[in-house]
Amino acid sequence: MAGVRTPRETWTNRTAIFAVFVALVIMLTPIYWIAATAFKPRNLATTIPPTVAFTPEVSPFVKLFTKRSQLREQPTQEEYDAAPWWEKMVFDGGEKVVRNRKTGEVRSSGYGDRFKNSLIVSIISTLVAVSMGTLTAYGFSRFKVKGEDDWLFFILSTRMLPPVVVAIPMFLMYRVVGLNDTHMGLIILYTAFNLSFAVWIMKGFIDEIPKEYEEAALVDGYTRMQAFFKVVLPEALTGMAATAVLCFITAWNEYAFALIMTNRNAQTAPPYIPSQVGSGLPDWTVIAAGTLLFLIPVAIFTFLLRNHLLRGMSFGAIRK
Amino acid sequence: MASDVMTKLDPKSKAAAKGFSDLTIRNLFIIPTIVFLIVFNIFPLLYSLGYSFTDFRASTNNPAKFVGLQNYRDLLSDPFIWKNFSITAKYVLISVTGQVVVGFGLAMLLNRTLPLKGLITTLLLLPMMLSMAVVGLFWKLLYDPNFGIINYFLGLGKFEWLADPDVALWAIAIVDIWMWAPFVMLLSLAGLSAVPKHLYEAAEIDRAGSLYTFFRITLPMVAPILMIAIIFRTMEAFKTFDLAYVLSSQPTTELIAIRLYKMAFQEWQTGMSSAFAYIVLIMVVAITNIYVKYLNKVKAR
Repeated sequence: MAGVRTPRETWTNRTAIFAVFVALVIMLTPIYWIAATAFKPRNLATTIPPTVAFTPEVSPFVKLFTKRSQLREQPTQEEYDAAPWWEKMVFDGGEKVVRNRKTGEVRSSGYGDRFKNSLIVSIISTLVAVSMGTLTAYGFSRFKVKGEDDWLFFILSTRMLPPVVVAIPMFLMYRVVGLNDTHMGLIILYTAFNLSFAVWIMKGFIDEIPKEYEEAALVDGYTRMQAFFKVVLPEALTGMAATAVLCFITAWNEYAFALIMTNRNAQTAPPYIPSQVGSGLPDWTVIAAGTLLFLIPVAIFTFLLRNHLLRGMSFGAIRK
Repeated sequence: MASDVMTKLDPKSKAAAKGFSDLTIRNLFIIPTIVFLIVFNIFPLLYSLGYSFTDFRASTNNPAKFVGLQNYRDLLSDPFIWKNFSITAKYVLISVTGQVVVGFGLAMLLNRTLPLKGLITTLLLLPMMLSMAVVGLFWKLLYDPNFGIINYFLGLGKFEWLADPDVALWAIAIVDIWMWAPFVMLLSLAGLSAVPKHLYEAAEIDRAGSLYTFFRITLPMVAPILMIAIIFRTMEAFKTFDLAYVLSSQPTTELIAIRLYKMAFQEWQTGMSSAFAYIVLIMVVAITNIYVKYLNKVKAR
């Protein structure tokens, strides 16, 4: 009966398609606006009416990575000509690149380091959380554990705690052991909340691997450990990858812990980017450039992960 | 029997003869995680429970003085704290209602054959994956009264979204709805696709109206999953910190988490804030409990 539609159904369907289109435009406009602003010259970022058509330029990204100061006087023609292309862009924006007095090296802004910190902290905490989480999930999935539901509730509840609640004692304890503003300190915190998530999600994935696979391996003379590594783990790899991506995104986006526990050395991008707005007139093109670079990994991951999002976001409760 | 091998945790089991016993493996796999979580989540909380009975201030070197339940008494009788709670309640209500209406609406729209449906769904889900602090911050530009695109496209002139104390909470909730309506949509879509088609066919044969079909078939069938989405979002909205903190410093948007942050890390009332954290903690554990009960109920279906 496919294809046979009453006029009313066709009409409803067309309205729905139109409505979906409108919703899509509204939902994506803020993201588009970030991307567009990241390629605008500064004077076009805050215009009325908003600038939609413009010649894209990369100067916001140059400014994002360099330390700059206001130009007191125009550079001489010689200075300008001698400058590399990217430095010209900074001159054109009425600023100059700050250099080290002695070596003449260009001073970098804090963004690159913050981005690197974000990568270090997110990747390590994800690897640890997914490895430990997979083992624990296997333990809960295959063996009898006394009070299993209570343990699982305990594990989940540690993730539900508001970050600031946990941060107060952690801050005091870290101060004692010297972990404030260190990568290690942040990695531990991120591992803790990703670990509980990883256990829940991985348990769902491992529950789905038929027990018969391991039983066959055990009958063939594998030890339980061999059966786990050679039979279960390869089957669980897709699930582990999906879990890893979700853990990475959570750690990557985390703000409150990073704000409280770090300030210079180990600060990640999320607390750094808002700190650049400050007072006065912020350069929104630079903030947009920093935001865009920060969002790109997540956007790619979201696309790769699209078939696992449902299960991930519902803690494994709902599967397609 | 094979299934016996699976669950027997006897150190002398057949598999144990070579390599680790099942009991050892179970403990080896589970205990490190439990220990890790106890050391880094539960122990710190016990540590701060102790401080919650003192007047300790982390900014000074004065030793903590035991004050008994004074902090709790002060907090629960402080009208400003109740103000924070009522702001939070209002925020949760606005933002979760908005997310359910928008998210469920989107799911209803998408629950049909559409060209490029997979791509559209993924694109709609994008906001929820992004950092609340970083993307939320950018809404400052979108909301700007002078050159923000929101005022421009809605023709609102110089409407003050974030500077007007009465509007700011709504402005924050709108960003939250933008980010998290996709979550409700995702879960609702799963619920909608699980509704058996024959129910709709039966309703059509009975010439049931579309409203009747919606309220008697669609909604009851989706309700359990929708409930999960609502409880989860309520819990998250209750904890909101990032978004409100980067967008506004109005007293009218001072959510519980922000008050707690200021008390602990700006005013350095460590003892008092530990007590406050405990009050919040008990509330969160209560909601989590409800949430997990629901999760298990839906899983059991």
